[in-house]
Amino acid sequence: MKLSTYNFLTSMAIKGVKVGFPLKLTISKKEVVESEFNPTFVERILPKLDWSAVYGAAQVAELTEDIPAVQPENIGENELLLQKLHHLLFEIDVLEGQLECPETGRVFPITDGIPNMLLNEDEV
Amino acid sequence: MTSYRKYILWFAQEHVDFRVQEFDSLVKMFGLQVRRLTEQTLKPFWLVEFRDKEAALKYASRSVLLRAIFELYAHANNLTEFHETLRNHVDTNRHALAGYFRPDTSFKIVVETYNKHFSQREKVAKIESMDYLPIEGTVNLKNPQVEWWYIEFWGLDPTDVPPEPKDILFGRLLASGQRHLIKDLSLKQRKFIGNTSMDAQLSLLMANQAMVREGDLVFDPFVGTGSLLVSAAKWGGYVLGADIDYMMVHARCRPSRITQKVREKDESIRANLKQYGCADRYVDVVVADFSNRLWHPRISFDSIITDPPYGIREATEKVETKNSSKDNSRREDMVHYPSTSHYSLQSLYGDLLEFAARHLRLGGRLVCWLPFHREDYDPKMVPHHQYLNLLANSEQPLTGNTARRLLTYEKCSEYSSPDRSLASATQMSTLPQDFRDRYFNNDLESRKDRRMRKAEQREQGRVEMEARGKIPSNGRSKKCSLNKARFN
Repeated sequence: MKLSTYNFLTSMAIKGVKVGFPLKLTISKKEVVESEFNPTFVERILPKLDWSAVYGAAQVAELTEDIPAVQPENIGENELLLQKLHHLLFEIDVLEGQLECPETGRVFPITDGIPNMLLNEDEV
Repeated sequence: MTSYRKYILWFAQEHVDFRVQEFDSLVKMFGLQVRRLTEQTLKPFWLVEFRDKEAALKYASRSVLLRAIFELYAHANNLTEFHETLRNHVDTNRHALAGYFRPDTSFKIVVETYNKHFSQREKVAKIESMDYLPIEGTVNLKNPQVEWWYIEFWGLDPTDVPPEPKDILFGRLLASGQRHLIKDLSLKQRKFIGNTSMDAQLSLLMANQAMVREGDLVFDPFVGTGSLLVSAAKWGGYVLGADIDYMMVHARCRPSRITQKVREKDESIRANLKQYGCADRYVDVVVADFSNRLWHPRISFDSIITDPPYGIREATEKVETKNSSKDNSRREDMVHYPSTSHYSLQSLYGDLLEFAARHLRLGGRLVCWLPFHREDYDPKMVPHHQYLNLLANSEQPLTGNTARRLLTYEKCSEYSSPDRSLASATQMSTLPQDFRDRYFNNDLESRKDRRMRKAEQREQGRVEMEARGKIPSNGRSKKCSLNKARFN
């Protein structure tokens, strides 16, 4: 799972959960897959992101020196930051780990890089 | 001053119903100015006008239904008029065309006839009939610098070939369409395929309908083996998928190839993208149930391309809802697979349109298939949504009485109903009956009827045979005694 996907996943389908975001991420195994830096794409995806979850992901991935805690303005002009965002969001692949619902503590496992967001029949 | 130039489009005579829609989608995607001169869209040769050569090349750079595009020199409905037009064209554009006729420019003339066959000798005679062309270059059949095409169209009906060609066209080859991709992305060579992987041509067509462009974010909520993501990634989209089937997404389900006993370790959707050199375009796949909300409201996709399960080769399922958990004896540490229940096509399409209305960007497109039985097709059965415009709807026949329609929707206004209880914006006159039930149980004749009819036929055959005086051999007892002999 890439950390960009992490920014979009919620647990709001669980019965009684209101927001279900951001999920608590734990990484037990990750790999870095280099991919081509596409500044326009990173810029286009920026408005869709929740910065607190971006920063949260950076904390778990131990990249806090690259990513500021508060979203700076005019990121589009800051090529260096865009590159770092690209690295954080698209090059770090969580192979094993888990996502935890902030409200109920329900755990969603990540295996072979694929998160399993399925709920059980008594949870929906 | 506005000026247009005329071109010949040569289409493959396949998926004809999709031709106009693909053309319109690509024209809209590139923002081209175009005038279509051919009214009968079933014809494999169209005359169109583009603003300039660049526009024509842009169109050819994406079309999968287009074989090739030519710069028109002459078009007529009979031979005399044709030669006159061609002679005039070459004469009036003498200076512009001079470069193609120069002695140091090698050339080739191809004769293409539709719906009538000609021998090589006859084709050469057709080329000779244009001996007034001021060509000075040398012939090079393998690798010519200029390629001219002489095209005759002899109607569409092979049982009713007219005495004279209906259209005669002559033009210079400008570019080929993208049909080579059909072979490049063929499922035969693909690493990871499943029972319902979409073939390369149709998935490329779907990506064209969705107007996938460089840097788009594309989502498939019923991703399966990711066959639709391949084509979207090929056109430069960043792809994301989800599916309820854990074994499928992890490529651990039963293999679909007859020669393959177990899945290989490295099969995956990502491996497919890597195979075609677009691994960079892979974002993620997720195991998730489409009937439950998963995605953050902020996410917006540029397009959603999907082929939902029809319930025939892949099950239509969602996680079952149970209110009591009294029969639940599992412990925390036990692996549990949620039981699934039937997900009717009706509620599936309702959910899909609602999801698209919520999560598409304004102007983004939803492209999906709708299966149905041809005899009860009614344009009213196509689902509608107040925030989505239905732009295209074309049919592909599947079996004798089933078919599917490729639906293209475009989001036309911003979603503004966050209240889930109000979200019945999808209008869908009830699908007559569930596709699966109808497919298996409500055939034109039921299975029992067919069995009885066949038995009756056999009985009649036996009676006739006896009447002819032939002694029936008891095949069954013969086989039984043969088997007995083998074991004794």
